[in-house]
Amino acid sequence: MKRATKLLATAAAVALGTISAANAQTLDKVKKQGVLSCGVNVGLAGFSAPDDKGNWTGLDVDYCRAIAAAVLGDATKVRFVPTTAKERFTALQSGEIDVLNRNTTWTMGRDTSLGLSFAGTNYYDGQGLMVKKSLGVKSATELSGATVCVQTGTTTELNLADYFRQNKLEYKPVVFEKADETITAYQAGRCDAYTTDASGLYAQRLQMQQPDEHIVLPEIISKEPLGPSVRQGDSQWFTIVRWVHFALLNAEEAGITKANVDQMANSTNPDIRRILGKEGEFGKAIGLGNDWAYQIVKQVGNYGEIFDKNVGAGSRINIARGQNNLWSKGGLQYAPPIR
Amino acid sequence: MTSTTAEMRPPRSEVGVIGWVRKNLFSSPTNALLTVIGIWIIWSAVSGVAHWAFTQATWEGTDGKACTWSGAGACWPFVKAKFSQFMYGRYPEPQRWRVDLTYVLAIIGLVPLMIPRIPGKLFNTIYMLVFFPIAAFLLLSGGYFGLPYIPTELWGGLLVTLVVASVGIAGAFPLGIMLAIGRRSRMPIVRWVSVAFIELVRGVPLITVLFMASVMLPLFLPEGMTIDKLLRALIMVALFAAAYLAEVIRGGLQAIPRGQFEAADALGLTYAQKMGLIILPQALKLVIPGIVNTFIGLFKDTSLVLIIGIFDLLGIVQQNQNDATWFSPSTAMTGYVFAGLIFWIFCFSMSRYSLFIERRLAASDRR
Repeated sequence: MKRATKLLATAAAVALGTISAANAQTLDKVKKQGVLSCGVNVGLAGFSAPDDKGNWTGLDVDYCRAIAAAVLGDATKVRFVPTTAKERFTALQSGEIDVLNRNTTWTMGRDTSLGLSFAGTNYYDGQGLMVKKSLGVKSATELSGATVCVQTGTTTELNLADYFRQNKLEYKPVVFEKADETITAYQAGRCDAYTTDASGLYAQRLQMQQPDEHIVLPEIISKEPLGPSVRQGDSQWFTIVRWVHFALLNAEEAGITKANVDQMANSTNPDIRRILGKEGEFGKAIGLGNDWAYQIVKQVGNYGEIFDKNVGAGSRINIARGQNNLWSKGGLQYAPPIR
Repeated sequence: MTSTTAEMRPPRSEVGVIGWVRKNLFSSPTNALLTVIGIWIIWSAVSGVAHWAFTQATWEGTDGKACTWSGAGACWPFVKAKFSQFMYGRYPEPQRWRVDLTYVLAIIGLVPLMIPRIPGKLFNTIYMLVFFPIAAFLLLSGGYFGLPYIPTELWGGLLVTLVVASVGIAGAFPLGIMLAIGRRSRMPIVRWVSVAFIELVRGVPLITVLFMASVMLPLFLPEGMTIDKLLRALIMVALFAAAYLAEVIRGGLQAIPRGQFEAADALGLTYAQKMGLIILPQALKLVIPGIVNTFIGLFKDTSLVLIIGIFDLLGIVQQNQNDATWFSPSTAMTGYVFAGLIFWIFCFSMSRYSLFIERRLAASDRR
């Protein structure tokens, strides 16, 4: 018994030692190894999925590439580590990955107690509702008395209850154990509406028998800000990941695209000159080359391009920009200026 | 004087196809009814499957749109486009000949080993147990002789399924035999260790152990030291199968009459000779169905490695179902059917071969 306790204590000490050791300078490690280890989802349409050749594609995947472009000057120098929902935080804590880009919701609990820091929100998700067109419903507020198919044991179920109670609407939940069952039941006409995260709704619509007979209602009934996270305690690395995100947004705002970035480099606009490293020493200040943002846009594109290609109009998922539009176009994506 | 009546052919309704049908399928009203119901059930199942897989299937196309039409069956272009991924995972394309060469080396060793008539079994066994594993490791992993190193995270698909299953089987078999003998040993420490190992491993689900290996282990290791994920899975799978196999083999050992042990002792054989020449050959022969059962189970259990982020055949199929380009109502189903078919081919061949071996080894019983 005593020996077992001692063994446990040793194991705990080793574990703690590991966590503190993992706070070493991530930037130096990445530069030395010449490759960025990036944790992504094992498979989620639009965020991280393989194409026909087996190359990773997706919004989260492109964020990994953007960071690699900024840090190493080469967007291809990424080692993608597919992580499951349970594994993801351990992988980050243990130093197996340098950054986690895995559609992870930014919550206070995760930001404070898990030893990681969220660097930004690369996708504002939220729970949405889908109904049959034939129902003639245009807004979730018209859903009084509806039956709603929902997966049990998830926050989805709680959000649904909260929303309908807040709006003083009657509803009847029909709960299922698995996502597949839920969607099948909805298609079979078991309920009037189906609810899950909005990005999931768009993706699942494509897998339905008659996708055109269903619409996604405009209301978003919960907040699910998804974003990249890094280990706590390495503020330099945190700043880099955060500013890669901001650079992507600033580039879109300034109209710099993958195609015109070389022309833009000769622009006289001081904002653009600063973003692309023609003026000031902003890249140096975060430990990178001054062309860090140029490399991002040149090799990966700006935020809008990444969004369109993977989940937006340029993909089959075809999600509207909505909250993910720039602040200047009615969305929530807002980046501090590079100045 | 005896007269013989001329031999007459039996009535036509008693022989041939008609006779067989009458005797076996329509011998009574109840049987006739059961036959009709049976045929109807088979017909509706088979025609449904055939309809989905062939007549209503999509055969040509470059993305999921081609498979999105009302009443569409299987989406075969999906399997066609993803086929090389299903087979090799992300193994770099220019290097895939190394995987193929490994398969060829395996077949060169396995086929003569499995056909009893072909001589040179000793040489063959040495080839499979010593030469082949080294060659396979060097070829697949690389890093030597100018072959570029391919990290195991790029391996995937059927390749991973076969690697995990074959390493699991090759590792579990000797370990299982040792554990089974150990459990029946008269030496207390050996017995206790064997019992503890078997009971501990059988008492925990494989998925839990794999999970521990992938989530907890990295926290306890010093930073920078990582044990390869695939290696972790291989060890766990082999240990697991060994525990189950040990119990199967112990069943066989218990079925050997005491007289066999005593006879071996009376002949003055050593313990190793007694086990190797008298007891184990009989015991293993008895439990072939059980052993093959364990191996088939192990082969299918390999898909559990998915939860630790290794993509076996099923894993890579599921992952590719998330490719939005190929989204259609039937894509997911098609992927699962394809994976199921491959698994079935392998498991069914294993079971057929074991039947053959069983019959061959049972020759002594028929005397």
